[in-house]
Amino acid sequence: MTIAQLYIPVAVLFGISIFFALLLPILSKILGPNRPGGRKGEAYESGIVAVGNAQKRLPVKFYRIAILFILFDIDIIFLFPYAIAMKKLGLFGLWSMLIFVVIFVLGDIWVWKRGVLEWE
Amino acid sequence: MQFVEPTLNLSVILPIIILTFSTLLLMFVDFWVPDERKDITGWLSLFPLGGALTATFFQWDTIKGAFNSSVLQDNFSTYLSILYLITGMLSVLISIGYIRKRGHGRSEYYFLMLFSLVGMMLMGMANDLLIVFLALELLSIPLYIMSGFDRTDLNSEESALKYFLLGAFSSGFLVFGIALIYGAVGSTALPDIAEGIATSGTVGLAGIAMLLVGFMFKVGTVPFHMWTPDVYQGAPTSVTAFMSVGAKVAGFAALMRVLISSMGSMDEKWIPALAVIAAATMIVGNIAALTQTNIKRLLAYSSIAHAGYILMAVTASTKSDDGVGAALFYMMTYMFTNLGAFAAVMAMERFSGNKQLDLDDYKGMGKHNFAFAIVMMLLMFSLTGIPLTGGFVGKFYVFKTALEADLVWLVIIAALTSVVSAFYYMRVVFNMFMFDGEIDMPTVPNALKLVMAVAAIATLVLGVLPADWYTIAQNALMTTGG
Repeated sequence: MTIAQLYIPVAVLFGISIFFALLLPILSKILGPNRPGGRKGEAYESGIVAVGNAQKRLPVKFYRIAILFILFDIDIIFLFPYAIAMKKLGLFGLWSMLIFVVIFVLGDIWVWKRGVLEWE
Repeated sequence: MQFVEPTLNLSVILPIIILTFSTLLLMFVDFWVPDERKDITGWLSLFPLGGALTATFFQWDTIKGAFNSSVLQDNFSTYLSILYLITGMLSVLISIGYIRKRGHGRSEYYFLMLFSLVGMMLMGMANDLLIVFLALELLSIPLYIMSGFDRTDLNSEESALKYFLLGAFSSGFLVFGIALIYGAVGSTALPDIAEGIATSGTVGLAGIAMLLVGFMFKVGTVPFHMWTPDVYQGAPTSVTAFMSVGAKVAGFAALMRVLISSMGSMDEKWIPALAVIAAATMIVGNIAALTQTNIKRLLAYSSIAHAGYILMAVTASTKSDDGVGAALFYMMTYMFTNLGAFAAVMAMERFSGNKQLDLDDYKGMGKHNFAFAIVMMLLMFSLTGIPLTGGFVGKFYVFKTALEADLVWLVIIAALTSVVSAFYYMRVVFNMFMFDGEIDMPTVPNALKLVMAVAAIATLVLGVLPADWYTIAQNALMTTGG
C-alpha cells in the first residue's frame, strides 16, 4: 500500500463527519417547530440572565497578572530542557542560560519597580 | 549525541548586543527621570542608537557568520542596519514632543522602539528561517503596542487591535511555510534549503507560497494590504512614520535574503507570482490613494504603492545584476522621503479633540510658511519621482533593473501608475500654493524642523549626486555563507 492509500479511511471519516455536520442542522431547521421571540432570542436561553453588553471596561490589573504568568511560563519552558541537558551542555550552556536568566530577572525588577505587582 | 559548541563570533552581533544592553540600562536610568520630564529619556535613547551605529560602520566590508552561520554579517546586512539605525534616530527625534502630548508622557515608547530596531537588524542578518521568525516577532510585538500607545484614543486602540490580529495571522502563515519547507528539505538553514529545495516537489512549493504570503502581509502588498490604511491612520503619527519605513524595509530584507540566497534556483516559479503581486500593488495602491482626503490615509496608500516598486526590483533580482542594489537604493530614498513627509504631517497636527488632518488643511500654506511649503513640495516631488529628487533616481534604477530582467509589461504598469500617483501628490502641492486659506499651525518644534531639513537635504543629494550612494548600495551584496 502507498502512503496515499493508507489515508483513505481518514478521508472517508472526514467526508462522513462533514456530511453529518451539515445534515443535522439542516434537518432540525426543516423538521423542528419554529416559534421565535421573547426568551428564545437571548444568548443563553435557559441560563443566567445576561447583564449589560460585552464591551464593559475591565480593570487592567487582571491583564497584567495574565501577562506576567505567560512570561514566567516561557521562562520555565526554556529552563526545563536545559535542566535535562545540563551536563552535556557544560559551561557553554551555563553561560548561555545565565545571560538569559539575567535579562529575565532585570525585566522582573523593572516590572516590580514600575508597580505592576501592586493590587490596589 | 555529542554536543558541539557553536562558533560564536560575537563581533557579528556586536551592534545588537550594544543596542539591547544599553536599552536595558536606559530602562533603569528612566526610574530617576521625573514623570513630567520624560523627554530626557527620549534624548538619552539617541545614545544606544549612536553606539550601535558606530559599531555597524566598522563592520562594513567584513563577511562573517555567527552561531553556526545562522546569523550572517555581510555588506547587505550592514547596509540595512545603518538604514534602520538612521530611521530609529530620526523617529526618536520626531517622537519626543509628540509623545509628550499624545502618549501621555510615557517613556516606554522609546524602549519599545529600540527593541523593535533590534528585531529589524536581526532580520537583515538572519540566515536561518527560525531566526527570521524570531526577528520578525521581535520587531512586530513592540509595534503592536506602539500603535496603541495613545490609550485614550479609540482610533489608536482600533489600529493596535487590527494590527495585532492580522499580524499574528500572518505570522501563522509564515510559520506554516517554514514547517512545510522543513518537512520538504529537512533543515531551516538557508544554505541547506538552497541545496534541497529544487528537488523538494509540491511540499516545498507550498512552503514557498506560504512563506511569501506571510512576508507579503508584513510589507503590505496587494491583496494582503487591507490592514495598512486603518492601522497607519489610527496609530500615533510618529509610530506610523517608524513602521511605514522600518517594518517595511525589514520585511523586504528578509524576503530578499530568503528568496535570493536559498530559493534562487526556483526563480522561474516565484518570479511570475511576485510580478503579478507587484503589478497589483502598484495599481491598487495608487488608484485607491486618488480619492483620499485624509493625509495620513493618503500616505498609507502611497506606502503600499511604494512597496510595489520595491517588490518590482526584488522580482528582477535574480535575472539582473543590479536588482538588490536598486531595491536597497530605493529603500534609502524612500526612508528619507517618507520620514520627512510624516514629520511634515506631524508639524500640522493639533491635539485637541479627535479631528484628523485633511488635505484641505494645507490650503494657503505657501503664504503662511513658505519654507515649510517648499520642503513639503520637495518631498511630494520625491514620492512622485520627479527628476532632481531621490525618488526619481530610485525609480529610475528600479525600472532599469526590471527592464534588464525582461519584465517590460511590469515596467509599463509601473510608469503608468507613477503618472497616476502625480495626481494625488500634486494635489497637496496645489493646495499649498494655489489656494488661499486660514492656516491653523502650531509652532513647529526644533526637532521636527531638523528632521524635515535632513530629509529635504538627503532627498536633494540623492537626486542630484546619486552615483556614489548607488555604488554603496550596489556593493551591499549578499553572501550565502561565512
